[in-house]
Amino acid sequence: MSFPWAKQYEPKLPLTRWLDERLPVPRIVYNSLGGGYPVPRNLNYFWNFGVLAGAALAIQIVTGIVLAMHYAANGAVAFDSVESIMRDVNAGWFLRYAHANGASMFFIVVYTHIFRGLYYGSYKAPREMVWLLGVVIFLLMMATAFMGYVLPWGQMSFWGAQVITGFFSAIPLVGDTIRIWLLGGFAPDNAALNRFFSLHYLLPFVIAGVIILHIWALHIPGSNNPTGVDVKGEQDTVPFHPYYTAKDGFGLGIFMLIFAGLLFFFPNYLGHPDNYIPANPLSTPAHIVPEWYFWPFYAILRAFTADFILPAKLWGVLAMFGSILLLFFLPWLDSSPVRSMNYRPKARIAFWVLVADIFVLGYCGGAPANAFYVILSQICAAYYFAHFLIILPLISRSERPRPLPNSITEAVLNKHGGTSPAHTALSTAPTSQGAPSAPHAAH
Amino acid sequence: MVRLIASIVGAAFVLVLGIALFGSIQGVRNDPVAPTAESVAHKHPKELELASNGVFGKFDRRQLQRGFQVYKEVCSACHSLRLVSFRDLTKIGYTDPEVKAIANQWVIEQPSINPETGEPATRKNIPSDHFPSPFANEIAARAANNNALPPDLSLITKAREDGTAYVHSLLTGYTTQPAALLKEFPDIKTPTGLHYNPYFANLNIAMPPPLTSDGQVAYADGTKATKEQMSTDVSAFLTWTAEPNLEARHAAGFASIIFILIFCGLAWGAYQNVWRDVKH
Repeated sequence: MSFPWAKQYEPKLPLTRWLDERLPVPRIVYNSLGGGYPVPRNLNYFWNFGVLAGAALAIQIVTGIVLAMHYAANGAVAFDSVESIMRDVNAGWFLRYAHANGASMFFIVVYTHIFRGLYYGSYKAPREMVWLLGVVIFLLMMATAFMGYVLPWGQMSFWGAQVITGFFSAIPLVGDTIRIWLLGGFAPDNAALNRFFSLHYLLPFVIAGVIILHIWALHIPGSNNPTGVDVKGEQDTVPFHPYYTAKDGFGLGIFMLIFAGLLFFFPNYLGHPDNYIPANPLSTPAHIVPEWYFWPFYAILRAFTADFILPAKLWGVLAMFGSILLLFFLPWLDSSPVRSMNYRPKARIAFWVLVADIFVLGYCGGAPANAFYVILSQICAAYYFAHFLIILPLISRSERPRPLPNSITEAVLNKHGGTSPAHTALSTAPTSQGAPSAPHAAH
Repeated sequence: MVRLIASIVGAAFVLVLGIALFGSIQGVRNDPVAPTAESVAHKHPKELELASNGVFGKFDRRQLQRGFQVYKEVCSACHSLRLVSFRDLTKIGYTDPEVKAIANQWVIEQPSINPETGEPATRKNIPSDHFPSPFANEIAARAANNNALPPDLSLITKAREDGTAYVHSLLTGYTTQPAALLKEFPDIKTPTGLHYNPYFANLNIAMPPPLTSDGQVAYADGTKATKEQMSTDVSAFLTWTAEPNLEARHAAGFASIIFILIFCGLAWGAYQNVWRDVKH
C-alpha cells in the first residue's frame, strides 16, 4: 500500500538503477518489506506471527528438500529409508526432527496468527481477501501436513491415511468410487504413498504462491492494528524497515529458542510412539489419532454419533470440513463495523469462550473415544458452530461497542499518559545509521 | 442472505449434536461401561534412572556394553535388531577388532547365496552387516513362538509410551495373577502358553520371563548380574539402539540454545534501539 507519505525507492548505484529499469525486484521488496511500507506504530507481538509463519514455511521447504534426497517413497522401504536418514545420513537426525517439529511449530504459529485475526477483526472490510486467502493457505497446510505424516509409513501413518481417506466413502452414491480412485487402490498402499509424496512436495510451493497473494492483498489497504482504527496520517505509522524488521528479528529469535528446545531435547514429545512401528495393515492400533494440530477437528468429527436423515458418519465429515469452511464466511457473518474486540465487550467474552472451547476440543480429539470425551466433544462442537453461525452474528448486530479512539496516535498517547501534541511527532526518516533528527519537546 | 443460511446450517449442526448428546447420555445411564480387567490391573511403567535421562543425558558406555551382552546372550535368540549394524558397536566403546570378532562369532549367520550352485546359503557376518534376524520370516517366527511375533527391538524404546521405563518394568514385572483380579474378571485367566505381566497392555504376554535368575549373564566387566541389573542394562542398550545420536543431539542443542540466546539478546538490544524515540 502506498500511503502518500511512504518513502520512495531511490536506486543510487548504477547497477541498482539498471536493474530497476528492467526488473524492479529491489523496488518491490522495498515497497513491501522495506522502508517503503508504512505500518501502524502500535502493533503488538501478535503481529509477529505472520513473519514467523513465513519463516516456518521456509524451514519446512529447506529441510524437506534435503530429506527428499534420502527418502524413498515405496511401501517396502519407506520406513527403513527414514531410519537410514536418522542413523546414517550426516545430520540426518537433525533434518528429520527439524522437519517433524517444524511442522508443529508452523501450526502453533499459524493458529496464533488466526486467533489474532479473529480478535482484532483483521478479516473485516477492506481485508476480506487477505482472510479468504489465509483460509486457503490453512487448508493447503492441513493437506500437506496430513500427506507428510503418511510418508514415514509407520502404524499411525497408515491407519491415519485409512481413516482420513475413509471420509470420502461417506459421500453418498459415488463416495467409495472416489475413495478408490484417489487412493489408487482399495486401501492405502504403494500407490497412495507415491502420490502423497508427489503432492507433499508440490503443495508447499502452492502455499508459497498463495502467501504472495495474501501479502499483496494485505498491502493494498495496509496492516490492521490493535485498535482497529484506520491510519489517518503520517504520525500513525512507521516504516516497516527498520522498525518491524528489528521487532521481527527478535521474534524470530524467540521462535528459534522454542524450536531448538523441542528439536534437540524433546523431539518425540508431540509425536505418537506408534509411528515408530512399521505399518501393518493387519494390525489396528488401540487408538488411532492424528497429530495434535488436527485434534480439535478430529473431536468434531467423532462428536456426531447419531443418525438424523443423514448417517452419523456423513454428519461428522460435513461438520469437520464445515468447521473450517465456515471461516470463509466470517467477514459477512460478523457485521459489526468495530474491528478490535478490545472495544466489543460482549464479543470479546464470546471470543475467549471460543478459545477455551477449541482447547477442550483439542484435548478430546487426542483422547480415546469413550463416553466422557464424546459427550464433552458434543457440547464443545455445538458451541463452536453456534459461536460462528448464530452467536457472533447476533452479538454483532445488537452489542454496543465501547468508544473508539480517534486515531492510532491518540491511542498510543493515552497509553503513555502524554498529552502534548509535540509528542506525536515521529522522528523523521531514521535510516539504519541515522539518529533521530527532529527535536522533541521535553517531558 | 449469508447470515440466514449460516443460521440454518448452525441450527442443523447444533440440533444433530443435541440428538447425539442425548443418545450418549442415555447410553451412559442405561448401559454404563463396565470396567475391564486391563483398566483395573494394567500398570504404568516404574521410573527408571539412567545416564541418558533428561536434557543433560549421556550414555554410560560400560552399561551399554553390559546391555549388549544381555541382548546377545538372552534376547537375540528371538528378537531381531535389524536397524543396527555390527559396526555401530564401535560407538559404544568396542574396538574395531572386537567388533570384527563379535560379527564373525555371531551365532545367527547372514543370508547369502552359494556362489557355485546359486542356492540359498548363509555366511559369517562382517561389521558392515546389520544384525541378522533369528527367523527367516514372520511365519517361522510365529511358528517358533506360539503364534506370537517377537518384535524387532531396534526402536522399541521409542515405539512404546515411556519406552525405556516400559522395557525395564516389563522385564522385571512378571508375577502371578492376583486371585482377586481373577475372581472379578474370570476371562482374564492367563491361557496356557501366555504369562501374566501387569505392565503389558493386554496383561497376558506371550514372551516367557527372559530374565529368570541372577547371574544368567556373566558380565565381562565383572558387575554383579542381578535380574534388576540385567534389565536396567538392556533397557539402556535399547535406548541407545533407538537413539544412537542422543549425545550429539544434546550437545548440538546446548550450543544452539546458547547461540540463540546471544542472538536474542542482540536482537532485543537492536529492537529497543530502533524504537527508542518512538512512542508505541
